[in-house]
Amino acid sequence: MFESGSILSLAVGLVVSGDPELWSIIALSLRVSLTAVALACLIGLPLGAFLAVVKFPGRGGLVALLNAFMGLPPVVVGLFVYLALSRSGPLGVLGLLYTPTAMIIAQTILVTPLIAALARQSMADLHGEYDEFFRSLGLSTRQTIGALIWDGRYSLSTAALAGFGRAIAEVGAVIIVGGNIEHVTRVMTTAIALETSKGDLALAMALGLILIAIALLVNVAVLSLNRTAKRLAYA
Amino acid sequence: MKRLLTPLAALALVASAALPAQAEDPFIIVQSTTSTQNSGLLNYILPIFKKKSGIDVRVVAVGTGQAIKNAANGDGDVLLVHAKPAEEKFVADGQGVKRFDVMYNDFVIVGPKSDPAKVAGGKNAAAAFKAIADAKAPFASRGDDSGTHKAEKRHWKAAGVDIDKASGDWYRSTGSGMGATLNTAAGMNAYALTDRATWIAFKNKGELEIVVEGDPKLFNQYGVILVNPEKHKHVKVKEGQQFIDWLLSAEGQNAIRSFKVDGQQLFFPNAETAEKKKAG
Repeated sequence: MFESGSILSLAVGLVVSGDPELWSIIALSLRVSLTAVALACLIGLPLGAFLAVVKFPGRGGLVALLNAFMGLPPVVVGLFVYLALSRSGPLGVLGLLYTPTAMIIAQTILVTPLIAALARQSMADLHGEYDEFFRSLGLSTRQTIGALIWDGRYSLSTAALAGFGRAIAEVGAVIIVGGNIEHVTRVMTTAIALETSKGDLALAMALGLILIAIALLVNVAVLSLNRTAKRLAYA
Repeated sequence: MKRLLTPLAALALVASAALPAQAEDPFIIVQSTTSTQNSGLLNYILPIFKKKSGIDVRVVAVGTGQAIKNAANGDGDVLLVHAKPAEEKFVADGQGVKRFDVMYNDFVIVGPKSDPAKVAGGKNAAAAFKAIADAKAPFASRGDDSGTHKAEKRHWKAAGVDIDKASGDWYRSTGSGMGATLNTAAGMNAYALTDRATWIAFKNKGELEIVVEGDPKLFNQYGVILVNPEKHKHVKVKEGQQFIDWLLSAEGQNAIRSFKVDGQQLFFPNAETAEKKKAG
């Protein structure tokens, strides 16, 4: 039906032509998803480490809940944020619906459980190794969490990348709270959905290829930063 | 932790810096339908309005049912949709100020070239729907309470067919937008009801073509309504009204008339303009 070669050349052509509209859509996608992942890390990493270190009644249940929330359906998160931000909702006075801020809020909610759950798992493994050592140093809980996050920073970057992957790829939440408004809230995934609905499948697929390439670039950037940091640390 | 976040924060900064400065222009939010966006109409007329007024029109394009609900929640300043009874109810409920006719086009029934229900060339929508049901030929429905879906249900009723019984069998309710439904119909060689504008602009027609058109009952009227500021205080009355006045003016109506895809006019303006009234 479609030749993969023509889709690829369409994708390359779009990038090379420097179409300002495409670039503003790419920039918005990155701004929304990277901000959401940064916020989710700020919440999720300490939360995951806390759950790995501190024993309290109900912890098992909380961990199970967190793990289940890794599979939160984006469209449900979108609906939840829409109901909260709608003019008829509790936060309606803020006028945030159909803005990039609303999209950041939705994606932060979406990826925080994923990052926290992955962080908890790797922190728990690390804590098992270092527990006695930390105790011999007499570290407080807060210090232990800090030390664990620092020591586990390379594996935690994988958690952050998983969060980024989920955020940049989802369409269900951002299309509800952003509205896919041209020049305002249109991102890669909602643009792909729009072109699909126009029946322009080749253009939709070309945009999809570009999105995958962006995700690849971000992953390579983080991994090479990690490698450089490791080399400097052990040099 | 810090070192982990730094590259992410740096990337986010780069991304924000790469964004053009957010326009400070006044803007309104219009809740509208997929047909006005997917056909390219809004992309054609909104820049003309922006040039004249300086007002940005931000369009949320969803099905008519969802557009009306969003507007009733106060999440929009203007409603531009195509389901007259639902629009009149919206105004009667006090959610909207007043409804105006803007333009019309028509619905068409599309179907596979092989035409298993033998309806091609017909001019009677109800008869065609009856024939499709009798042949148990696959039919893809929007199923999303949109203006097109509401119209489709009226035709099934006129044809005396109980589609609920056929759902999942030959009647496939996609629960999605016009484009997605046409993609589905093209994929399974099913019949479907679509507005002509979306159909002409649609690029994945596959084996489908128009089989029935020209029934006066396939008329498709679009209306525009200002969301009621008495219900929703933040509604931008001045800018919203300015947009509506422009749509209904000779200039706006001409802009709608001059929009063409492949040389075909897709929407036919029919507002009661001041000029028309004077002419009587």
